[in-house]
Amino acid sequence: MTPALEILSLYKTYQNGVTALHGIDLQVAEGDFFALLGPNGAGKSTVIGIISSLVNKTSGTVRIFGVDIKNDFPRAKSFIGVVPQEFNFNVFETPWQILLNQAGYYGIPRGLARQRAEKYLSQMGLWDKRDSQARDLSGGMKRRLMIARSLVHQPRLLILDEPTAGVDIEIRRSMWDFLRKINREGTTIILTTHYLEEAESLCRNIAILDEGHLIENTSMRLLLRKVHMETFVLDLEQPLAQLPPGLSIKAQLLDEYTLEVEIIKDQNLNDLYQQLAREDIRVRSMRNKANRLEQLFVHLVGQNNNSERAA
Amino acid sequence: MNAREQLITFITIVIKEFTRFTRIWQQTLLPPVITTSLYFIIFGNLIGPRIGQMDGFNYIDFIVPGLILMSVITNSYSNVVTSFFGAKFQRSLEEMLVSPTPNYVILLGYITGGVARGIIVGLIVTIVSLLFSDLRIHSVGVLISIVVLTAVLFSLGGFTNGVFARSFDDVSIVPTFILTPLTYLGGIFYSIHLLPDFWQGVSLGNPILYMINAFRFGFLGISDISLWLSYLIIGIFILVLFAINLHFLSRGHGIRH
Repeated sequence: MTPALEILSLYKTYQNGVTALHGIDLQVAEGDFFALLGPNGAGKSTVIGIISSLVNKTSGTVRIFGVDIKNDFPRAKSFIGVVPQEFNFNVFETPWQILLNQAGYYGIPRGLARQRAEKYLSQMGLWDKRDSQARDLSGGMKRRLMIARSLVHQPRLLILDEPTAGVDIEIRRSMWDFLRKINREGTTIILTTHYLEEAESLCRNIAILDEGHLIENTSMRLLLRKVHMETFVLDLEQPLAQLPPGLSIKAQLLDEYTLEVEIIKDQNLNDLYQQLAREDIRVRSMRNKANRLEQLFVHLVGQNNNSERAA
Repeated sequence: MNAREQLITFITIVIKEFTRFTRIWQQTLLPPVITTSLYFIIFGNLIGPRIGQMDGFNYIDFIVPGLILMSVITNSYSNVVTSFFGAKFQRSLEEMLVSPTPNYVILLGYITGGVARGIIVGLIVTIVSLLFSDLRIHSVGVLISIVVLTAVLFSLGGFTNGVFARSFDDVSIVPTFILTPLTYLGGIFYSIHLLPDFWQGVSLGNPILYMINAFRFGFLGISDISLWLSYLIIGIFILVLFAINLHFLSRGHGIRH
């Protein structure tokens, strides 16, 4: 099957001499929900900019559903919808006008454009705000407006650059449900986010960029297997003055009611509970100190930076 | 995109532009009417009778065509430059750039928006001028063709300015320091035959002179210069500016990284 996105040896050097991409190769299968992660300045937005034509590539190949952007960029662009990181609509226009205009730019007749605008504004909970000026919408509404706008031509590939930045948790989760739904219906989605919990929850495959290099490109499941250690925070029922000497698990007391333990990949939680029970330590609740993907992300990016310094 | 889709895209841009300048009519349609009315009152009614006749016509009748065309020029230019730069500044231009819209459709859409505003303002100013002068029409064909071509030319100029502009200062520099002086020295208020030979020669280097004289010919049937030379010069400017704008759009100058 033709991949939704195929990137081969992509380089980008800006006019100021900064090289943002050092020959990356990437493939996203049709129907995938794909995470493109990386720290600030890693090159994620440059990749998205090149795919959406806002940034001219220096060299390399980009194909969208098999169409090389060098040969037929307009056709390639007709397949994609983009939700950028920053608001980029006319704040004096209404959501209704913004969606109708966007449909018009894709050659969609006015009647059909009206139907789709109503559909997506309703799905994004913006129907009541259709005639308000966009500048009067809240931050969350503006984000949802950009998602509605990106869908009005029903793209096969949806690219979301930090779509939930600054959005409260309730709206974020409803956006996740919506994105899962359209992905199930066949839309390929590429997501960049700083909320790694979001990527772990939504995405099946993942690539990590750092300083213009692709440092990881695999499935989420395989990547998470690489997590060799997890840190848990335990809330204790009784105060604990000091760590019992018989505890063989790496642990430290944060305060007399809070114990932090590190579990190595091969250990299981039953061992931990048995040891705690032996020492008469009763646990009220337990949570991950950090998201698993977050731990791995920090590790991988740190490793890449160290190897670059060594080189 | 097939031809039908391109037509839909073109109409979308035109509607968007038309909606923009009619929504803010107090800033776009009203000021030129007030400004030109003042010209009519001061130069037509107060000073005009003391000047007497110009090329065989009352002074007010002589200056009306130039004042109408001046409002067409400034409005078609400023509509495109402010709209295009505003879209760049707000980044809403990206809506169009990420879509499959061909560059020439973007250009034609903005130009048509500029022409629409220029002609609407020109019509309003013409109606107001009827309160002050007895306008007669010598050639409807010349009037319509010159006003449309002039609006196209200055819309294209506004587009070029919008592509290069990096700040709101850049948007106002060209109209203030180039367009306004050329317009005022383009024979709105006088016949170039009143000038010494040297300054007559210098005036012939001003492209706006040709448009104003051709437009005046449409009303009064008189012109300081050949009508066909006017068409030729306007046509050359339109072709050159159209090609330049398309080139910059395809290179992504000022709009893509």
